[in-house]
Amino acid sequence: MSDLFEDDASPDAGPGGNAHEFSVGEISGAVKRLIEGEFGQVRVRGEVGRCVLARTGHLYFDLKDDRAVLAAVSWKGQVARMSVRPEEGMEVVATGRLTTYAGQSKYQLIVDDIRPAGAGALMAMLEKRRAALQAEGLFDPARKKKLPYLPEVIGVVTSPSGAVIRDILHRLRDRFPRKVLIWPVAVQGEKCAPEVARAIAGFNALSPGGAIPRPDLIIVARGGGSIEDLWGFNEEAVVRAAAASEIPLISAVGHETDTTLIDHAADVRAPTPTAAAELAVPVRLELMAWTAEQGGRLRRALTRGLAQRGQRLRDLSRALPRPDSLTENARQRLDRADAGLEAALTQMVAMRRLQLSRTAGKLHPALLTQRVDAARSRLAEKAGLLPRALTTLTERRGARLDRAAARLRPAGLERDLAQARRNLTGLMQRLRSAARNAEDRRARKLEALERLRLSVGYTETLKRGYAVVRGDGHVVTTAEAAGAATALEIEFRDGRLPVAGRGATPPAAPKKRGRGTPDDQGSLF
Amino acid sequence: MTETADMSFEQAMAELEKVVGQLDKGDVPLEESIRLYQRGAELKAHCEAKLEAAQEKVAALMTDAEGNPTGTKAVEGL
Repeated sequence: MSDLFEDDASPDAGPGGNAHEFSVGEISGAVKRLIEGEFGQVRVRGEVGRCVLARTGHLYFDLKDDRAVLAAVSWKGQVARMSVRPEEGMEVVATGRLTTYAGQSKYQLIVDDIRPAGAGALMAMLEKRRAALQAEGLFDPARKKKLPYLPEVIGVVTSPSGAVIRDILHRLRDRFPRKVLIWPVAVQGEKCAPEVARAIAGFNALSPGGAIPRPDLIIVARGGGSIEDLWGFNEEAVVRAAAASEIPLISAVGHETDTTLIDHAADVRAPTPTAAAELAVPVRLELMAWTAEQGGRLRRALTRGLAQRGQRLRDLSRALPRPDSLTENARQRLDRADAGLEAALTQMVAMRRLQLSRTAGKLHPALLTQRVDAARSRLAEKAGLLPRALTTLTERRGARLDRAAARLRPAGLERDLAQARRNLTGLMQRLRSAARNAEDRRARKLEALERLRLSVGYTETLKRGYAVVRGDGHVVTTAEAAGAATALEIEFRDGRLPVAGRGATPPAAPKKRGRGTPDDQGSLF
Repeated sequence: MTETADMSFEQAMAELEKVVGQLDKGDVPLEESIRLYQRGAELKAHCEAKLEAAQEKVAALMTDAEGNPTGTKAVEGL
């Protein structure tokens, strides 16, 4: 009881009092129930803030206005069903339910569907994207390819069911039946963009001549719809695929008034699918008519050419004269000339004869004699002059000779001769004295040399008392040699004295002059 | 020059037009005009064959799970 009292007695005494005490989990659950009950289905308008697509496929984003922020999330399945993917800065109306995330004390909006808040916002975003892609050059007119005149295979990227493909096929059939390859795609919803992009790239990836024929032309088509329905054709992936397509591409999305970004990237934009078919192929019947017409023109031109030539040939051949007429004139002239020829000759001869007789009349001997006489008298005249002329010339030459002879005097020559003679005598004298002098010089020199020879020679030495000893015919210079000699001979100033050698008889003579040893004598030589 | 048999309709058409134009002018020599006529007739026959051969054939692509084409099937009744 006391416990009860205490509790009852102090309702204001402590924190909590007797109010129910929640656990965190309880209160979180209560809040969750309250919020989900109150805001089970709401539409929230706001601007998309931070926006993150998680790898799991869930999309987390913020919705905000100028004062508050609301966390929002779309689960993977919901994201897939969205026709418009929220992007930062987009003004949207999100439909969903509020719930809490107890783990973080958060509340958030689970978004089922999201729509741009008004066309203006969406258009602004589209314009922004268009400008960005244009800046990249994807819409450059230089990138546009010419459509083939008559494609063999046409690839159509569209929904396999519905009016669009039917319209295209009908119109193709009317104009020019072709092979058509349909690449079925979703033309709206979240699958639209990736499927269309893949189809365009897929057609391009087919190899020419492969099992599946590669189209010469691609038509991307969709019927009319709201801007959200057509949104897939504004997606960047689709625009890039269209721009990158090697195969010429016609876009035909929506009605004439609808413009999607693929229209800018396409090589040609058709206002409707039917118009796309008209752009794709020419009219076969017209071409057949044209071909027939060309055949006709060919034939006519050739026929005309031949006819003209035939006519011209006939005209020319008419203008061509007969061969006879070409020679007639000349023949006539020949005949006339022939006829006149003989008469002309006769007349000519007569005329010449007359001329001759006229000239010959003046020719008679007297004419010649006269000229001879005249020449003869001139000759006689000149001959008379000849002797005098010779005399005159001889006299004139004799006089010149006399004059020259008179100038010729012997004195000069004689003078020269005497002078030369004198010179010769002088020279002879000089020659003689020079020869004498040279002789004397040589005699004196010889004398001196002889004196020198005698003074140097041993005979002069003999005069001073020396002697030469010879043994057996040779000069002996040593006592030993003298001893060995069989016979000795001593030469004095006045003659030679033989002496018996030691080898034969005891010597006596060598001792006669003790001082003059043979050694000393030898050294003299 | 491309063999006539390999020419596209457009190529054949362009040449046919040229040939007819030349022949029409009438100032080509006779031999040349006959050659042009023969060439024109050949091209015309080729164009006609291309036009005659026009026939509709509609097929839809079949794709695998990844969206890669696996083959075609004929489509009728559209």
